[in-house]
Amino acid sequence: MVFKRQHKERLLESTLFIVSSITIIILFLICLFLFRDALILFRTESLIDFISGSFWYPTSEPPLYGLLPLLLGSLVVTFGAICISVPLGITSAIYISEIANPKIADFLKPFVEILAGIPSVVYGFFGLVVLAPYIQNLLDLPTGQVALTGSIMLAIMALPTIISISEDAISSIPSSMREGSLAMGATRWQTIYKVVLPAALSGISAAVMLGMGRAIGETMTVMMVTGNAAVIPGMPEGIVESVRTMTATIALEMGEVPMGSEHYHALFAVGSVLFIMTFLINLIADLIKNKYRFKLEGS
Amino acid sequence: MRLNPKISEKIAFALIGVSISIVIFAVTVILYYIISNGYSAISWSFLTEMPRSRMTEGGIFPAIVGTITLIIGSMLAALPLGILAAVYLNEYSKPGRFKWTVEMAINNLAGTPSVVFGLFGLALFVRYFGFGPSVIAASLTLAILVIPVIIRSSQEALLAVPMEYRQASLALGITQWQTVKNIVLPAALPGIVTGSILSIGRVAGETAPILFTGAAYFLPRVPSSIFDQFMALPYHLYVLATSGLDITGTRHIQYGTAMVLLLIVLGVNSIAILIRRHYRKKLRL
Repeated sequence: MVFKRQHKERLLESTLFIVSSITIIILFLICLFLFRDALILFRTESLIDFISGSFWYPTSEPPLYGLLPLLLGSLVVTFGAICISVPLGITSAIYISEIANPKIADFLKPFVEILAGIPSVVYGFFGLVVLAPYIQNLLDLPTGQVALTGSIMLAIMALPTIISISEDAISSIPSSMREGSLAMGATRWQTIYKVVLPAALSGISAAVMLGMGRAIGETMTVMMVTGNAAVIPGMPEGIVESVRTMTATIALEMGEVPMGSEHYHALFAVGSVLFIMTFLINLIADLIKNKYRFKLEGS
Repeated sequence: MRLNPKISEKIAFALIGVSISIVIFAVTVILYYIISNGYSAISWSFLTEMPRSRMTEGGIFPAIVGTITLIIGSMLAALPLGILAAVYLNEYSKPGRFKWTVEMAINNLAGTPSVVFGLFGLALFVRYFGFGPSVIAASLTLAILVIPVIIRSSQEALLAVPMEYRQASLALGITQWQTVKNIVLPAALPGIVTGSILSIGRVAGETAPILFTGAAYFLPRVPSSIFDQFMALPYHLYVLATSGLDITGTRHIQYGTAMVLLLIVLGVNSIAILIRRHYRKKLRL
């Protein structure tokens, strides 16, 4: 009887073990299926042409699969988004955790969370019908569907990530550090600037990395507002021109390609590049976060 | 010349005030535009009728049904797997290489772009398993997308259960699984439910993963089997706003669809927040 019960416990534990490895299995399967279909492209195309090619003309004769315009498109939009959302996000986090009185902070936190809940296609729709015409009029452009519009929308979408993780990092700073600084006669701003922010720096950097990962992987919004012209964006005027990101290319073209064609595999190759980039960004954010956890525990 | 610390504090706080106002302004403007324009488009017939005249008139009934079908399908697959995985990670496994690897995988899956999940669903479910573009392929793709979310929130809920509960139960000679089943899981249930509801909001709003795994441009009926294609709210909005027959003429339908989608997602999220608040108060007592 006792033996039987132990047997059952063992069986349950090993079942649970197998279930819990599901995330590892999924990650493995994603790599397998993504890279498998991507590698088929390089039977006919050279890897160097793909990475350094500056033209994405999948329907021309012969087709050209150059990653560069798409990669740079993604980078321009993401860079713009980070320039807007990092200062806004970090200062908002400072306000919520250091300056606002607790009642206002309790209201602001779920308010910012609303942003995280809005579906990306709704952001895209808003960007398309409200922001793009506004940007077009404001800057007197031939079209409002440009990189800048995408950057602004992505910045808004990355805000909740950046604010909530930075805020966690700032609130985890022990209050004895603040009190020590204030007792020395420093103003509240000096305390925030010289004591709190440096101590929370690694947590804030992790927040920025995760916000960047979110921005670079966003699909529907950029596809709807950036105009999707697959040309290498100029510097600096590329910010007010149409660009096409890696994510938008996949989403736009995958529906129309014959399955198993060269173009199909090229899109998987773009997807693999995207996956590797976000994988690295997440890994770095993870490492930064762990480092900072050890530091606080050590002190 | 150095600025007086009092003055520089004032300048800094003023700038921070400007910045938080911009954030509040952004949220308000987005909600205002969708709600004020969407409000007038919504009516009983809009919610219950089929689209007519090549989607320039009529309602969004099949899209609503499609989205609900996707929610049910993906939750059926993701909830048991996600919760059981969290139970193992929290109640059974010891810190070590396995746990580290699983947690690394969770973090990375949570940050993987949704369009990559779409590609994966296309390669695995649509082509390799031969499901074709269908309800089941899209549901499983979405399930994979939310499993990391469910594991994480269930883990948090399990962590919040006091250690004494487990120790008391184990001290009575009750086995670990019985302890988990009868003591730990019931105590963690509100937290687990909250996390699951939040992931429903995520499933309802995702577009990129269903683009190539089964969402139909136009299908004037509800799906009849799990191997049928379907319409879904987010894809319907995308189609009408970018490639519909009359893009500017159907703005009211677009706003209405956006509003319904927003109501589902925000409604579901508010329910989750209310449940969390309710049980937090209870725990304090």
